[in-house]
Amino acid sequence: MLRPDSAQLSALYQEMILDHYRRPRNKGTLENADASVEMKNPLCGDEIGLQVSFDGDSISNVRFSGRGCSISQASASMMTQLLKGKTLAEIDALKTRFRDLMLGNVSGADEDLGSLRSLSGVARFPARVKCALLAWNALESALANRKV
Amino acid sequence: MPARRWQVRAVHGARALSPRSDFPILARNPGLHYLDSAATSQKPRVVLDALREFYETSNANPHRGAYSLSVHATELYHQSRVRLAEFLGVRDSDCLIFTRGTTEGLNLVAGSWGSANVDAGDEIVVTALDHHANFVPWQVLAARKGARFRICELTPDERIDLDFLSKLLNDRTKIVAFSHVSNAVGTINPVAEIVRLVREKSDAILVCDGAQSAPHFPVSFDSLGIDFYAFSGHKMLGPMGIGGLIGKRETLEQMPPYQTGGDMIEFVHDDRTTWNVLPHKFEAGTPNAANAVGLAAAVDYLDDIGMDRVIAHERSLMSVAQERLSAIDGVRIYGPPASERSGVLSFTMNDIHPHDLATILDGEGVCIRAGHHCAQPLMRRLDVPATARASFYVYNDETDIDALVAGIIKAREILSYAAS
Repeated sequence: MLRPDSAQLSALYQEMILDHYRRPRNKGTLENADASVEMKNPLCGDEIGLQVSFDGDSISNVRFSGRGCSISQASASMMTQLLKGKTLAEIDALKTRFRDLMLGNVSGADEDLGSLRSLSGVARFPARVKCALLAWNALESALANRKV
Repeated sequence: MPARRWQVRAVHGARALSPRSDFPILARNPGLHYLDSAATSQKPRVVLDALREFYETSNANPHRGAYSLSVHATELYHQSRVRLAEFLGVRDSDCLIFTRGTTEGLNLVAGSWGSANVDAGDEIVVTALDHHANFVPWQVLAARKGARFRICELTPDERIDLDFLSKLLNDRTKIVAFSHVSNAVGTINPVAEIVRLVREKSDAILVCDGAQSAPHFPVSFDSLGIDFYAFSGHKMLGPMGIGGLIGKRETLEQMPPYQTGGDMIEFVHDDRTTWNVLPHKFEAGTPNAANAVGLAAAVDYLDDIGMDRVIAHERSLMSVAQERLSAIDGVRIYGPPASERSGVLSFTMNDIHPHDLATILDGEGVCIRAGHHCAQPLMRRLDVPATARASFYVYNDETDIDALVAGIIKAREILSYAAS
């Protein structure tokens, strides 16, 4: 039976993840956001709200709200840190790299992903990948709904 | 209340009722602490053997062939129905329709009885305890018919609020759907009192979700006083994909078919079709005969143990688990007192999310359910996104509780203390 060992659990619950879970960054709401979305994970009921402001083609500010497990909340917190100042093209590339990280296709040394690299251990837990991707799915939906 | 009969003292050192060696998956994994039987039970070897034996010695399409092999398969399928009817206290075994499980049984009632009998302005009552399978079909039916969908609220300890229910009922109430036992928090609902209230105040039919009662204590449909009872085989040691719906003959005979096709017809004219008799009218297509045979083997196994002993065993494990988990700082247990619950223990641990808890317990070989348990209306009322749920069955013993407790303490170490 393939069950996780303690090294894998330590890799999953790294200090960085627990820190973002306990002290989420950019949590709250944005006034006059250009794009806004609420998303639920239908499997577990976890919720996330995401609000984004743009400056031209770049994200100028982003906030998230909601509740969920340590992985979904830390992933959202780290993602918001990374997004500020990034262009849509850059975000698209990051999204792909993060998905690859979750699929175990890239090493944890991908500098561009910043603190999100600490989530590399999630790849070993297929049941938890959806938690880590929740914020990114919300972002995708927010960008698609962006007021032009 | 019949529940009193099963009240037992907490027996410390409770041993499993069934040896792990009866269950191949448990025999193969000595470190596996399976505490998710409310989701699906493990299967004893006798059930797996019965499935194999059917396919190896008796496989043919029931009700079709003139040859003896098909006659034999038909007979085995029929005997399985009779066996299940006996197990669940149904004198008229033609009134037990085989389905894929509880969900299909409830959808059958909504789709057939509901379509024929519910009109605009009628009312359908469900409870806030119900599983989505006994909530959404009625919500959809009400929307389709322009009927009013009403939800019976709960007491602060997650029991059906009978005063609330009483006020909801009136002469427009057509359906009252409720669960015998809550899958999310384990509440055993007082069927007799619900039946009395509903009969007194309305002409509604009573639909009971039995997914969490049939596996755990003696059930006698004929004495429950309800109109429909749905159950799932896979939660009671049987195979996945087989279960049943029990109804009253006069009601079932008046209902239109649920699905149409082979086996359920009497005669197909060019312009119209007449229906087969019960139970075939509701069993279109090739039946899941092998799994019906496997389910009959499962209830033989349960009867060999004795259903009174099954509930007593779960009660004693529940008392131990309740006592040990309550002693852990930060644990909150949901639902009524342990003596009024079936073998389900739903809890949260401080601000540790149940998914994180379940992942860490997995590392200890402990399988629990974490999530909303397909009961989002209930989770909203508990004001939690999810709970952790441990559930017990015949193969569990106190070592499973030891592992659960150790895992919870480990989760607290990893998740609470690491960040401080």
